[in-house]
Formats: sequence, C-alpha cells, structure tokens
Amino acid sequence: MSQPVTVGPALVDDDVAVQEPGPRRVRGRGRIGGRAELATKRLSSPWASALAIIIAILWTVPSLGLLVTSVRPELDIRRSGWWTGLGGDFTLDNYTNALSGSGGLGSFFVNSFVITLPAVVIPISIALLAAYAFAWIDFKGRNFLFVAMFAMQVVPLQVALVPLIKAYLSLGINGSFWAVWISHAMFGLPLAIFLLHNFMKDIPPALVEAARVDGAGHVKIFLQVLMPLLVPAIASFAIFQFLWVWNDLLVGLTFSSTGSRPITVAIAELAGSRGGQWHLLTAGAFISMIVPIVVFIALQRFFVRGLLAGSVKG
Amino acid sequence: MDWLINPSSTGGKFLVMVVAIVLFVLVMAVILFAVDRPRRVPRWVVATAFAGPAIALVAVGLVYPGILTIVNSFKSTNGRDWVGFANYAQAFTEGQFQIVLRNTAVWVILVPILATAIGLIYAVLVDRTRFEKLAKALIFLPMAISMVGASIIWKFVYEFKPDQPGVSQTGLLNQLLVWVGLEPQQFLSTQPWNNLFLIVVMIWIQTGFAMTVLSAAIKAIPDDVVEAARLDGVKGVGMFRHITIPSVRPALVVVITTIAMGTLKVFDIVRTMTGGQFGTSVIANEFYTQQFRQANQGLAAALAVILFVLVIPLVIYNIGQMKKAEEIR
Repeated sequence: MSQPVTVGPALVDDDVAVQEPGPRRVRGRGRIGGRAELATKRLSSPWASALAIIIAILWTVPSLGLLVTSVRPELDIRRSGWWTGLGGDFTLDNYTNALSGSGGLGSFFVNSFVITLPAVVIPISIALLAAYAFAWIDFKGRNFLFVAMFAMQVVPLQVALVPLIKAYLSLGINGSFWAVWISHAMFGLPLAIFLLHNFMKDIPPALVEAARVDGAGHVKIFLQVLMPLLVPAIASFAIFQFLWVWNDLLVGLTFSSTGSRPITVAIAELAGSRGGQWHLLTAGAFISMIVPIVVFIALQRFFVRGLLAGSVKG
Repeated sequence: MDWLINPSSTGGKFLVMVVAIVLFVLVMAVILFAVDRPRRVPRWVVATAFAGPAIALVAVGLVYPGILTIVNSFKSTNGRDWVGFANYAQAFTEGQFQIVLRNTAVWVILVPILATAIGLIYAVLVDRTRFEKLAKALIFLPMAISMVGASIIWKFVYEFKPDQPGVSQTGLLNQLLVWVGLEPQQFLSTQPWNNLFLIVVMIWIQTGFAMTVLSAAIKAIPDDVVEAARLDGVKGVGMFRHITIPSVRPALVVVITTIAMGTLKVFDIVRTMTGGQFGTSVIANEFYTQQFRQANQGLAAALAVILFVLVIPLVIYNIGQMKKAEEIR
C-alpha cells in the first residue's frame, strides 16, 4: 500500500481535467461552493476509469451469475455456464421448487421473519432506556459500566453459546423462537446502547435542562423531548440489527430446532447436502437475499449514518 | 403452553411473535411509569430501573457465559477434571490445530488490508464523479446479503467440472482458465491455496464498509487544504500520499480494526463453502466443530478463549479511540 502506482493519474490532474459546466451540488453535509469549484472530473484519466470499472465488474458479476442461473432450466444449468444462457429460456420453476418442492424453504422463510422482528424490537426498547440512563442520569460507576458495555460488543459469541444452551434447556425453551429471540437481544444490546448513546449525547443538554426546569419527569423528557429526535438513531440501529439477525448463521444454527430454523441455516445445510443442485441453491440463496437487499436499499441513508457513528458489530 | 413455545403453523408463529413483542414493550412501559409515578424517587432507583434490564441481560448473556467458558477451558472434555493448560497445549501443538491458527492469522492479515486498500482506492476514484452514487451502490450491496448467500455466490464462481466430453465448465473462473488455455482447477479443495479463495469472499463483503467510511472521511478533508496543496503544485500520486492518506488516517485505522474484529470471528463462509475441510478451518469454525460435532468441550472452550484473547487488543485500542472522540466532543 506504499506506492499505489496504478492510481497515479486518477487524482486531481488539472491538465486533463474537463471542468463541469457550472457549480455542482456535492452531496454530504451540504457543502456547496468551495467543493464544487474543485469538482474536477477525476475519471478523465483512462487508467483511473479502467480501474474503477474493473473493480465494479468484479463486485457485480458473481451476483449476476447467481441471478441468471436461478431463472434458467435445471438441465441448462448443469450443462453450460450461465453466461451462455443470457438469451436462452427463462423459468421460475427453480423458485417454486426451492420454496415448496424439494428445497422446502417456504416455512424457513416465514421463520426468518418471525425471528427477526422481535429480535429487532426487544433490544431497541431495552437499549433506549439504558442509553437514556447512561446519557442523562448521573449515577455512580456510570462511565465504567458504559465502557464495559462497549467492550462487550467484541466478545466472540462463541464463548456464550454453550452456557446459554444449558440455561435454555433448564427453562425448557431450547430450540424455540424464544431462545433465538433472547439470544439475539442479548448479543445486540451492546451495539444498540453504544449507538443510541452516541446519538443522545449529541442532543443539546439545554433542551433536557429546560424540560427539567419545567418540572418534567424522566418519562416525559424521554417520550416528548428525546424520542422525536432519536428517530434516525433508532432507524439506524434497527436496520443494523435487522440485517444482522436476518443474515445470522451462528445463533440460528445453535439455538433453533427444525420448527424455528431461519432460512440462512436451511440454505447452508442445502449447500452441504446438495452441493451440486445449483438450481435449488441459486434460487434459495436469492430468496434469502431479497428481503435484506430491499430493506437495505430503502433505508441506506440510515445505515450509512449508523456506520459513520462508529458502530462495530462483531 | 405448547402453542406458545413451539408453534407449528404459520399463523401460530406470527401470533407468538406478536405476543413476544407486546410483552416486552409492556414490561418497558411498566418500568417507565413505575419510576416516574411517585415524585422524588431517589436517583439510583431511576438509574437501576432504566439501565438495569440491559445490564442484567448482558451479564447473563455475555459476561457470565464468558467467565464459565474460561473456566471450562482448563477442564477436561467432560468438564469434570482440572487439566491445567492441556487444552491450550493441544491447540498450539497438534498439526491440525496449528493449521487452524495459521489460517486465522492469514485471514486476519489479508482481509483488513486488502478490503481497506481496495475500498480506499475505489472511494478516491469515484469521488465526485457523475456516477458516484451508482458506483458506490455496486460495491456496497454485498454488505446487505448474508455471508451464507455470498458463499453460495462464490461457490458457484469456483464450481469445477471434471473433464468429460460434452460437458463445459459452469464455474466462471474455470471457464476463464479454459478460455486462456489453462487446465480447470478445483479451487476449493487444493491446499493451501483454497484459503485464499475463501478469503476473497470476505474481502468482497467488507470492501463496501471500508469504502463507505473512507469516502465520508475523504469528503471531510477541508477544501483549503486541498486547494493549498494544489497551488503548491501537488498532483496525482503526491496528492494521494501527502494529503488524502494523512487526512483519513484515523478513519483508516478504525476501518482496519473493525474489519479485523469481524474477520477473527469468521465462521459462516468457511462452514458454507468447505465445512472446514481441506485444511480451511479457522478458529471460530473449529470451535463449532469441536463443541457440537466432536463433543470436545474443553478444547472448544480453549479455542473460544484464544479467539477472545486475540480480540482484546483491538477492543482496548477501540476504547481508546472512543475516548478520543469523546474528548473532541
């Protein structure tokens, strides 16, 4: 990384630069003016364009292959590469097979929904209260507890799995949705508290003080002053947790049983047991991806905001 | 009560889901109003009511199990006898586990460095171009899909067909090899190179994260700095080396440590693509195999603790970063 020779001509090169006509709005923190003056077309250099395009192709072609394969007839998939089938027959058979036929993923798809919604709502409600306490109530050991909370984010889940299984067994809920929900809530809390606390800290103390002077109790401050301001923060964590839970394999594999298994676990098992059945695997994988992709695209703004607020999920 | 614990029908599952959500929100509401009702509640009661549930859950779900696992790592397989450091000795000396540790090291070195480098270069290349949004979205999207999904995507890229008449390669990478006149390869079972092909998947997923954070950092570089450098005649690579990199260094460090933490715990990719066979296992996957397949509790616990110990320096570093950020605020 010391001498990135290839990107040489990519960077601000005035001689080649073709000035954009007029100032352009530059997204990001609403800075116009100065930035726009600098908005030279960096991609004017052929090397830079080529490099950017190569990276973009490398990042998209694999997914394209999956998508194309999932709508090709089974025989074609086995006999020829997907790049030959771009003009061939298309069919949705693989999807019906994967959902209700030999793949049987339909009920697991439902399970993923049933697992994900409470696994998002529960940690949010608990973390909101905790973040409020850490941000606005002065108590002994507050800083220590908060830092300890933050540190918990990076405890590998592996260390918690076996003791938790034993606890769930003694409660009689091992393998049920409850075990999966509680596990996800526990594992999601450190990040939730950290993120929400960061956002809460950014709210001007004068607002809270003014409400206190007016005689508002904690509940009133919480619900009427802070909550409206926290909507972006909540959305930001919600999308993190949603993607995390929906895409999780380890927790699902460990705590669920056949009746509560999420789709990721089912797909991973398909890959192990029917590694060659690409017509099922590709359709199944795409079914499992479609929900997070839609959520992600719809709420991308909040996701990026959460990323930049320094969230780390391990 | 069985309908509540193990619902079988789709309707029943959704009913239980609603019950769970309502139950929790109710508990929270009760806590909120109980604390607020009597005026002049002592402050510690309020703090306990607000922060208590979260601290209790984390204590039960992470702290206590963590301590238990550390204890178990010094016990025998059945968890009855104390064996000192025997499990650790086994993890560090047996050939099979040395491969696991080696693989984990290779993952943790390559993934953060390559993902961050590609993310940074790409962020610089597309910064303030006409198709910046689209270009970023393409790289960003792999972050949304599960590692299981990504593994399926790449497994298909690496697909190998034995050479027989009438059958062409269906894996893109092998087809490319055939096109340039080389022999197709079994990418996922050829040791030790198969590890690199698994690592590619993680890089593919993580680059979007690196690009997003670094792109924001690049946009935050003050205009006058760039302007001054340009007036001094700094261009191209010089601008990248002397202006861009130093300006985004804090972000670079955060991105690298974050990706390193994620990579240490990589499990889904190895499990879905090779199941840890062909010398591709990493610590997190080996833990699972030893714990749930081999019923080797002591060794599994030791592996989990090794993972934990490897993460600790990164945590300490990150807490330092957080403290710095607090001071700036």
